[in-house]
Amino acid sequence: MSASKADAVVATPTQPPRKQAPSGARRASKPPRKPSGIVKTVTPYLLVAPAILGIAFLLFYPVVRNVMLSFQHYRFKQLISRSADYVGWENYQAVFKDDEFWEVTRRTFYFTAVNVVAIMVISTLCALMLMKLGKAMRIVVLIGLVAAWATPVIAATTIFKWLFRSDNGVVNWALVKLGFDYEGYTWFAHGTSTLTVVTLLIVWQSIPFATLTLYAGLTTVSTDVYESARLDGAGPVRIFRSITFPILRPIFALVTSLEVIWIFKSFAQIWAIAGENGPINDVRTLPVYAYQQGMSLKLFDMAGAISTITVLILVVMLVFYFRQMFKQEREADK
Amino acid sequence: MKARTLKRIPLNIAALLVFAVSIFPVYWMILTAFKPAKDIQSSTPKFLPSSISFHNFDTAVNTPNFWDYWRNSLLVAGCGVLLALVVACFAAFAVARMHWKGRAPFILMVFIAQMAPWEALMIPMYLIARDNDLLDSLPMLTAIYFVMTLPFSIVTLRGFLGGIPVELEEAARVDGCSRFTAFRKVVFPLLAPGLLSTSLFGFITAWNEFAFANALLLNKPEQRTLPTWLNSFSNGLTIDWGAIMAASTLFMLPVLAIFLVLQGKVTGGLTSGAVKG
Repeated sequence: MSASKADAVVATPTQPPRKQAPSGARRASKPPRKPSGIVKTVTPYLLVAPAILGIAFLLFYPVVRNVMLSFQHYRFKQLISRSADYVGWENYQAVFKDDEFWEVTRRTFYFTAVNVVAIMVISTLCALMLMKLGKAMRIVVLIGLVAAWATPVIAATTIFKWLFRSDNGVVNWALVKLGFDYEGYTWFAHGTSTLTVVTLLIVWQSIPFATLTLYAGLTTVSTDVYESARLDGAGPVRIFRSITFPILRPIFALVTSLEVIWIFKSFAQIWAIAGENGPINDVRTLPVYAYQQGMSLKLFDMAGAISTITVLILVVMLVFYFRQMFKQEREADK
Repeated sequence: MKARTLKRIPLNIAALLVFAVSIFPVYWMILTAFKPAKDIQSSTPKFLPSSISFHNFDTAVNTPNFWDYWRNSLLVAGCGVLLALVVACFAAFAVARMHWKGRAPFILMVFIAQMAPWEALMIPMYLIARDNDLLDSLPMLTAIYFVMTLPFSIVTLRGFLGGIPVELEEAARVDGCSRFTAFRKVVFPLLAPGLLSTSLFGFITAWNEFAFANALLLNKPEQRTLPTWLNSFSNGLTIDWGAIMAASTLFMLPVLAIFLVLQGKVTGGLTSGAVKG
């Protein structure tokens, strides 16, 4: 990973003060224009102001608006009149009383767990495989991974709808050929099978990033370590447990927490695959549920409460992710 | 030697399997796009093209508003990313080259913004757009893509700036350049590759974005972007899979081109950007 060298930001709060060029050594006839004190203090703030304004208006304000919404009575009528009353915790009480919400929450966690475990196991195996492969084969695998990675999400959902078609889809054809009874099986008629397709899609799309990151981490380990371990008589399992895994652990933790966050909030794949004609009510996760409550049912206040809860869950995950990230940066600094 | 080759066989089979599973959906998309209609509908799939037909591309290109979607997507992604690039360039310079109070909190804010839960903010964003009469309008979407790509751009540009020695800039200033001229004449040319790859990655993000385009551009079909159109195209009642796969292929083409341009940087650049926050 080349990352550590570039970004030692938060761990190193200040740069060493810039040395002034020794005045006697100046060869230019004009002395460098020195900005006055005020200009010098104000410049950095002027430079970051557009970025701060953009993030404040288009990211922090929506977050705040979302929280406000969750404490208001905001439905279709309020959308038209553009004024809403605050109702305290009413929306949250309604959400927590709703069995559907708990079902969706359970599904979201379960869905995230299945996806992340699949992604991490397969990616680790793929990364280890890449280390062992000859050059030609490695390039072949990399081409495949990059092809999957480069596919835009919506192109991928479209392709998967086509692959899993009931009548002339290639997956059903292959399953029938293999002896399974999948003749004309309608994947998108049931919740579980639709969710299976979504899972396959997300895993297929996520593996390239995870594999290549883990592989990049593995390549930083010098081969001497493995050589000497092998000479000492360590088997492959022992080598993985005692050398590879400890070295990989920080990067493994980072990729895992990133994937957890990404998959927990995934929306496009689920909505695009099951949104219009599919069994969306049996596959929806929290972000989809919130969107549905707002856009389809015009229960904007409920959507606000559900989104706020989703954001809070994500914040917990983010804290974990940032701790991992800073820990790794500190270690890289040592 | 022979024993080693034998030992490698299962490994190579596994590698080929990974390759096949990774590439098959993309291959199937392109193959379907070039297949004549009778091959697409046949109950036994054909894995190699018997004859190549451009009919599907013809159908896709001639769907109503097709070029509008391209123009919209290019406009929204292009303007959003360009704006992000300029703003990020300023911010990255301040972070990498100056010291000021609030630098560490600013960087933390950028990291947090990079992990923003956009998927949970569609409803408030919809209401904000509505309150300001910006529904079904491309400027709103452009602004969202600007903020979506901004944090990543700041982080990567700061990395690239960190790789350019400060001494070069100082030398130029000793020679009488102002800080701005020094940046323009010395740093900027060196930063160009970094700017290029940063903007291309941002472009991919904006080009592929679906959720907000779907939520904010619901009512006017001619204002849609490619992802929303492609999705509604594949949810229609009579589905022409040949044309949809042709459209998907065309939609993917710019992204694939960018990946080819960036080749080596794809792994290094994107992972350092993403993993570093």
